[in-house]
Amino acid sequence: MTETTAAAELREPPHPGEAARRPLRLGRVGDFLLRSILPLVLAVVTGAIVLAAIGVDPIDYYKDIYSGGIELSAWQDSVMRMAPLLLMAVGLIVVFRAGIWNLGMDGQFLLAGAVVAGLGPWIEPHVPNALNLVLMFLVAGAVGAAWTIPPALLKARYGLNEIITTLMMTFIGIDLAQILVKGPFQDPTTATPQTRSFDFTALLPSIPGTRIHGGILVALASAVVVWFLMSRTSFGLRLQVLGASARSARHMGLDVPRLIVVSFLVSGMFVGFAAAAEILGIWGYQRADWNPAFGLWVVPLVFLARLNALVVIPYVFLLSVVSIGGDYAAQNAGLTPRFTLLLVGLTLLFMALTEWVAGRAELGGSYLPRTSFRRRRRSEGSS
Amino acid sequence: MTAFLAASIFSEPALTALVAGAILAGAPLMFASLGELVSQRAGVLNIGLEGMMLIGAYAGFVAAYHGGNQWFGFGAGALAGAGVSLIMVFFCVRLGLDQIVVGIAITLTCEGAAALIFDAEFAESRPTLGATDRLAVPGLSEIPVVGGKGQSNGSIFTQPLVVYLGLGLAVLVAWMLRRTHMGLNVRAAGDAPAALDAAGVSVFATRSWAVLFAGAMAGIGGAFLSIVSAGLFQDTLVGGRGFIAIVLAMLARGRPLWAVLGSMLFGISLSIADWAQVANLHFGLPSSTFTDVVFMLPFVLVLVVLFVFGRRAYLPAALALPYERGSR
Repeated sequence: MTETTAAAELREPPHPGEAARRPLRLGRVGDFLLRSILPLVLAVVTGAIVLAAIGVDPIDYYKDIYSGGIELSAWQDSVMRMAPLLLMAVGLIVVFRAGIWNLGMDGQFLLAGAVVAGLGPWIEPHVPNALNLVLMFLVAGAVGAAWTIPPALLKARYGLNEIITTLMMTFIGIDLAQILVKGPFQDPTTATPQTRSFDFTALLPSIPGTRIHGGILVALASAVVVWFLMSRTSFGLRLQVLGASARSARHMGLDVPRLIVVSFLVSGMFVGFAAAAEILGIWGYQRADWNPAFGLWVVPLVFLARLNALVVIPYVFLLSVVSIGGDYAAQNAGLTPRFTLLLVGLTLLFMALTEWVAGRAELGGSYLPRTSFRRRRRSEGSS
Repeated sequence: MTAFLAASIFSEPALTALVAGAILAGAPLMFASLGELVSQRAGVLNIGLEGMMLIGAYAGFVAAYHGGNQWFGFGAGALAGAGVSLIMVFFCVRLGLDQIVVGIAITLTCEGAAALIFDAEFAESRPTLGATDRLAVPGLSEIPVVGGKGQSNGSIFTQPLVVYLGLGLAVLVAWMLRRTHMGLNVRAAGDAPAALDAAGVSVFATRSWAVLFAGAMAGIGGAFLSIVSAGLFQDTLVGGRGFIAIVLAMLARGRPLWAVLGSMLFGISLSIADWAQVANLHFGLPSSTFTDVVFMLPFVLVLVVLFVFGRRAYLPAALALPYERGSR
């Protein structure tokens, strides 16, 4: 063996096949296009096919979504719709970072809304408006957070699956909200099951020059705070460790039960804020049968934004446009406004698919939760 | 007055209505939770149940409406539900994608699609179906209260045949899970998929069949809602029952008969509300509020039970985990 071949052998990669298995790199732009834009495009195209299949011109329909959600002053409605959606998305990001599913957002939302709409008009004459608004946001946040306590404790203490418990809490919350609205908070001057209304002047003030209420500012501020919390503080890092592996978190000496409870509380608080923004910004009262069911809508956005509270903002705006403009387009085409749900669901489905493709191409760094169920390994490590 | 009230609450028609209402409300949950339970035992958490029920309700309604026979409806419901669950088979079992993400996607997509297709087809007519034939069990249907012969909604022994078939199926599934090889395979797919694979049985096939079964059962449950319970289709028909069925299946801890029991318990609580309305008994609450209270009581009860017996909660070890051969 000559010296040159020995040197060549040294320079040889340790595994000869590695060059062939080198992962494909798309770069940041390609990666963004594949993972964050392609699912949307595929969903829109599939939606168009569905529309065409039932005899509606998809181009007209999408044009109507644009004109109903953006043109003239419609964009202001879309921005107003953003406020609750963004706050809920931000709340979801906190728990998803910790690898926890909070599927009980609708219950938290309606209950917080009922308490705000019930207590607010009663307190309103006795305190200055600004104080009342702040108070209402705090109350809503507290109610939303309180509603996550049972699932949080059950998960922290017994490791009980939070999907069952948050779903059960959402059923209880929706019913309790109805009981509150029809019972103690019922407006005595009407037979309709609804709470008393806020005085028009006591609602969230508009941003000067627009009809947009101030809730969007609360939402944007919350997004910035959560982004900072998640990416620049040790709390965010701890949540991320917990989300990546509960075992590692325990090995690091983190107080896992406490982290679970805190992330649940913070998430519920933001959902409560969302309810306050919607009640204090748009409605001024709550009807017993009102349930916008925003909870599941924001799930795909949060993943598309890779659990980043700032990146999620444009996605939430897009969803708001589709939701506001979709109502208009559906009305024009004589269809049900629930077509929006189809688009959101398809986006989620295609997102899962592109993630799989990306995983196959070894792009790495998937943002989807590995799983919310901890793999129970035996000590032998055989399975 | 009091004597009259007491007489009306405990009168035979009122009690019969209570039992009949419980079965009517519980049967769709029974089908759906039975399917979900099998799927969970095989290790697949099917969050898309709500959407599968809705599509099943739509397909069942359309088939029963055009075919003029409820059995077309149930068959079409089962096929449609199983068809939707093919998405779950492909994405979650075959590709191993996150089951919860895909499940939510299926629910949202189906809600949109069912509303859209129904709207496009029946926007003007909004048709309804006639009453479903009921099977009076000879002899037993003569018994007061539980017999229900001649009552509009029947009672335990006067129900549509599909209810009895469902109960029989629950017993069959319980037996199969416990006593047969097939049941052992299903349980192994959920508890130790690697062991099942090592034993030479395909985890993919076992889980796929379980998911298809869950879809078909959810479809039948949905078809029951549109054909028997309501006699019409609305996009709000399922109204969260799919999620309730998921919870019931998880709480049944893998035992089919407990899922049936839970569904019926839930059915009773729904029917107590109607019953109280008939009997004008609200314990001082407005009647609609009383309904809400009764509706949430089972879940409050379950949460209390979980807090007290929390440690005994059981779920299959490999639930919601995709199986990949050779991975550790």
